[in-house]
Amino acid sequence: MDYGTIQGIITIVVMFTFIGIFAWAYSSRRKDQFDEAANLVFSEDELNKGSGEHK
Amino acid sequence: MNHSQPQGADYNYTVVRQFALTTVLWGIVGMSVGVLIAAQLIWPQLNFDTPWLTYSRLRPLHTNAVIFAFGTSALFATSYYIVQRTCQTKLFAPKLAAFTFWGWQAIILSAVITLPLGITSGKEYAELEWPIDIAITLVWVCYAIVFFGTIIKRTTSHIYVANWFFGAFIITVAVLHIVNSMAVPVSLWKSYSLYAGAVDAMVQWWYGHNAVGFLLTAGFLGMMYYFVPKQAGRPVYSYRLSIVHFWALIALYIWAGPHHLHYTALPDWTQSLGMVMSLILFAPSWGGMINGIMTLSGAWHKLRTDPVLRFLVVSLSFYGMSTFEGPMMAIKTVNALSHYTDWTIGHVHSGALGWVAMVSIGSLYHLIPVLYGHGRMYSTNLVNVHFWLATIGTVLYIVSMWISGVMQGLMWRAVNSDGTLTYSFVESIEASYPFYFVRFLGGCFFVTGMLIMAYNVFKTVKAPKESLPALAEA
Repeated sequence: MDYGTIQGIITIVVMFTFIGIFAWAYSSRRKDQFDEAANLVFSEDELNKGSGEHK
Repeated sequence: MNHSQPQGADYNYTVVRQFALTTVLWGIVGMSVGVLIAAQLIWPQLNFDTPWLTYSRLRPLHTNAVIFAFGTSALFATSYYIVQRTCQTKLFAPKLAAFTFWGWQAIILSAVITLPLGITSGKEYAELEWPIDIAITLVWVCYAIVFFGTIIKRTTSHIYVANWFFGAFIITVAVLHIVNSMAVPVSLWKSYSLYAGAVDAMVQWWYGHNAVGFLLTAGFLGMMYYFVPKQAGRPVYSYRLSIVHFWALIALYIWAGPHHLHYTALPDWTQSLGMVMSLILFAPSWGGMINGIMTLSGAWHKLRTDPVLRFLVVSLSFYGMSTFEGPMMAIKTVNALSHYTDWTIGHVHSGALGWVAMVSIGSLYHLIPVLYGHGRMYSTNLVNVHFWLATIGTVLYIVSMWISGVMQGLMWRAVNSDGTLTYSFVESIEASYPFYFVRFLGGCFFVTGMLIMAYNVFKTVKAPKESLPALAEA
């Protein structure tokens, strides 16, 4: 296999990896999980107020 | 300990406080040196015929102070704060965290001493000599242990996106620093690069551009992804976009370095690759900027009353501007005009003052009241004054450098009909003087803002507990 072919294959692999990441991030199954994650910046206060023992 | 959060004592804020305060201190020092060398370009006698005060020695002191003392202290402070709050756990290995603070300050002091003495390895943004390079590696490894140790012991299931950006910044800066600092020491304070010729240049700018990409971009995006939602009071516009933003940005940045070496001995294909990758980089950069700015959708009215939020949003606007300008300047034909001119300096400061400094200042104005148990800064009016000084200073700086840079590029390439150069180099310098003065003025504005910030921070820290309640929402 010559250098050009290897480069071609790598380009395709990288392209599909990116499409994979995109599909993973935008799949509707993960929407709730990500909404919850986005609110992590606010839940810190509530959790800490709730339990004095919280670490 | 904290106004809005009585159990704040759970978190380790000591090291966060230390780094937050030194950020302000080193910001003033680094930017003042910048103003001094800007003045030296207009009035050369300001080096007082002293070798330690020459432009050539103070310029690396300025860049090291603003990047590694001001910027990196801000990154230490915010990353230690954010990783604890979003992982809902205390900092891992607090003694090691304290060591990173004192170790980092020692490194900064050694830079302040060695650079004016003329001790340098001569690599831009990596001037510090090999014994200091080893110390940097040591402190950085401890930083990584504290940061990733905290992530491992988190009590939340998800790792918040800001921590992904901080993590990428910490790992990549370690790799960049170690590879680029490989050198053969010939004495305690002199070493020579392990690489030679074009390879050395390529390694240097692979380092240099990724110091921009990972230290000055990824790390500060981590700041953005926490403080913008927090200050706006609403979650980030699209968490999904932030994931795509992260992977696209870190996958692309690493290839853009060769655009610093257009039309040099670097192989032509490498230059073209660097140019193409820099152009593609525009997409994730603007994806992230839009994600930050759109977080305010539905809360735009807060910009009218909240100068802290204004700092954060204007920093994103400057980020968008400079990440449009950057890919454009990476195009070889544009670079033929812009390279080696003041346009480059203007571009760097559009990112450094407009993005890095303003997002750090905004984050500190959010952070410092929380760290000292207050609802707000001592004076919101002074925050507002600082905002305008910083904005006007940045605009004066970058506009003067644009005009000066394009003018220099045009003068240098102008030829007479017989093929001789129309202008001598000195003529281009003479033409730049008025713009150097405007740049100096812009720098003075920016430093004045920082001094006002220092006063405001001092009064906030000294204020009695609970004496500065948060203002009611307008």
